[in-house]
Amino acid sequence: MPGPLTLSQKVWASHIVREEPGAPSLIYVDLHLVHEVTSPQAFSGLRERGLKVRRPDLTIATTDHSIPTSDRSLPILDPIAANQVEQLAKNCEEFGIPHYGVHSSHQGIVHVIGPELGFTQPGMTVVCGDSHTATHGAFGALAFGIGTSEVQNVLATQTLLQRPSKTFKVEVNGTLKPGVTAKDIILALCAKVGIGGGTGTVFEYTGSAIRALDMEGRMTVSNMSIEAGARAGMVAPDDTTFNYLHGRPFVPKHADWDAAVARWKQLPTDDGAAFDYEVSIDGDSLTPMITWGTNPGMGVPISGAVPDPSTISDALERDAVVKALHYMNLEPGKPILGHPVNVVFIGSCTNSRITDLRAAAALLKGRKVNPSVRVMVVPGSMEVKRQAIAEGLPEIFRAAGCDYREPGCSMCIAMNGDQLSPGEYSVSTSNRNFEGRQGKGGRTFLASPLTAAASAITGVVTDVRSLI
Amino acid sequence: MKPYLPFESRLVPLPMNNIDTDQIIPARFLKTTSKEGLDKNLFCDWRQDPNFILNTPRGQNAQILLAGDNFGCGSSREHAPWALTQFGFRAVISTSFADIFKQNSLKNSLVPIVVPQDVHDKLFALPEDATVKIDLASQTLTLPDGTAVEFPVDSFSKTCLLEGIDELGWILKQEPSIAAYETTRQYTLNTLSSET
Repeated sequence: MPGPLTLSQKVWASHIVREEPGAPSLIYVDLHLVHEVTSPQAFSGLRERGLKVRRPDLTIATTDHSIPTSDRSLPILDPIAANQVEQLAKNCEEFGIPHYGVHSSHQGIVHVIGPELGFTQPGMTVVCGDSHTATHGAFGALAFGIGTSEVQNVLATQTLLQRPSKTFKVEVNGTLKPGVTAKDIILALCAKVGIGGGTGTVFEYTGSAIRALDMEGRMTVSNMSIEAGARAGMVAPDDTTFNYLHGRPFVPKHADWDAAVARWKQLPTDDGAAFDYEVSIDGDSLTPMITWGTNPGMGVPISGAVPDPSTISDALERDAVVKALHYMNLEPGKPILGHPVNVVFIGSCTNSRITDLRAAAALLKGRKVNPSVRVMVVPGSMEVKRQAIAEGLPEIFRAAGCDYREPGCSMCIAMNGDQLSPGEYSVSTSNRNFEGRQGKGGRTFLASPLTAAASAITGVVTDVRSLI
Repeated sequence: MKPYLPFESRLVPLPMNNIDTDQIIPARFLKTTSKEGLDKNLFCDWRQDPNFILNTPRGQNAQILLAGDNFGCGSSREHAPWALTQFGFRAVISTSFADIFKQNSLKNSLVPIVVPQDVHDKLFALPEDATVKIDLASQTLTLPDGTAVEFPVDSFSKTCLLEGIDELGWILKQEPSIAAYETTRQYTLNTLSSET
């Protein structure tokens, strides 16, 4: 019998198809999510070799990255994007893969629709040609991003060659104060360990502050594990998980449900299991967080100051801060609060779910966005969109002066025309603030939906706690 | 894939930590459905600066990129190693690599070479025209002064690179094991029920 195991080790161990000395383990994939950007070359590879998709029943496709978030009845104007979108539809048809395409009532960001339809379940291995696949770890699945060669391998064989990652426990205890959210937890983690701090590891988020999060909050945290370098980030399933999943279209029904829950309850990390690394964050003292720089690890509490490179001794680190400040056109040592904002983006696989929209709408209700700010609200999926309509949220956003759009990745990755102009500043609920990420020359402050909504109202970077 | 043979080359230094895949190839170039033609957009936004190293003679015809820590962080786009190899790079040397980039590179005859900090510093201090040798079979990086530095490579990936074969052929041969596993899958065998 093996000794006590962590959650990730249990999922790993139950998916080993074959192990042999000198080779990585062959791991079975329970759920393969596919989108239009990282799959075309993989399908071409299958065709060249005359291979089929081994398990189309364990494969789901959606269109999210390249599509416009404007009126869906109109054709896609960008011919290259239109071709990519069409290519996915053709590939799915040819290989028999269910496809939630542009006009599907289930279309949405791949990491939003997987959980909301109940495809994502505890204990699964989930992969996608997308680094934010870590999102699905919120359910206690081992979920990670892969490249296109691996997409091809999984399409053909439903397996992957992998070596196990090290284990990294992230403990967040305490109670979050009003105005502090799941996004602030993960931005604090990125700031604490740095963008490469989790390289080679799988995070497991534990502690009372994680337990208190709803599933959407847990998804926000897991989603950005990759921004701290970890390939995956997991939360042990509990009643919050089971209650979220129960009744969703693709989860087991009746007796199968009971059996599944019984299995899922075996997943949490055993008492006495050792982690390779550990870090803790105090949820009680956490404040809203915001990034100032050009990677997600360059973050500070919202009342903090932009760093001063002259105080940094390591040359490369100092150069990185100098370069980031130059790109962001920020002065060392100055507070970030009150910095003017041109655009606010509420959306992305990190923060486009119904609870994110509700939080932003609650703040915007009866208020107006500052006329100098362009505010885009992009629901994560058609399902989120329907729910938002049922709750009257689009009216609130529109009355406040926001541009309320159709589901997709939108200005998180800025492939579809939703983008910043050079020099513009955004407060964005997305996951990356890399140079040019939201448009060439654009400058991104990453923050929570609450901070984004507060900054939309005032037109400057704002501490939401001053408005609630 | 061609077998990965030993070679000698100058270095293209990018003395920055955390170079992310959005810099290596910005997302707006990912709308393509082919692997071709990505080299012209390698480091596209940084190449707007005429003094950026890839715009200088030093950036031409060199096969090794020398970069700061955590190279290739960010997205899973395999377009990053495709763009680098199409530009002519066959190896990237750093003190560490992001996980997905490293895996993607190994599948595309781009060898990610991790060296200790002192070697890394020494490489950055080399004169412009200095060359180093890379021999994957012996896993050695040889500096101009003759110092040989051993670097780690996953043995399976090494065999694939040296023989010029990809993983998929090997995995396809494991079909009996895959089929056997499927009969015992406990977690999701019955759970992806149809939407009824």
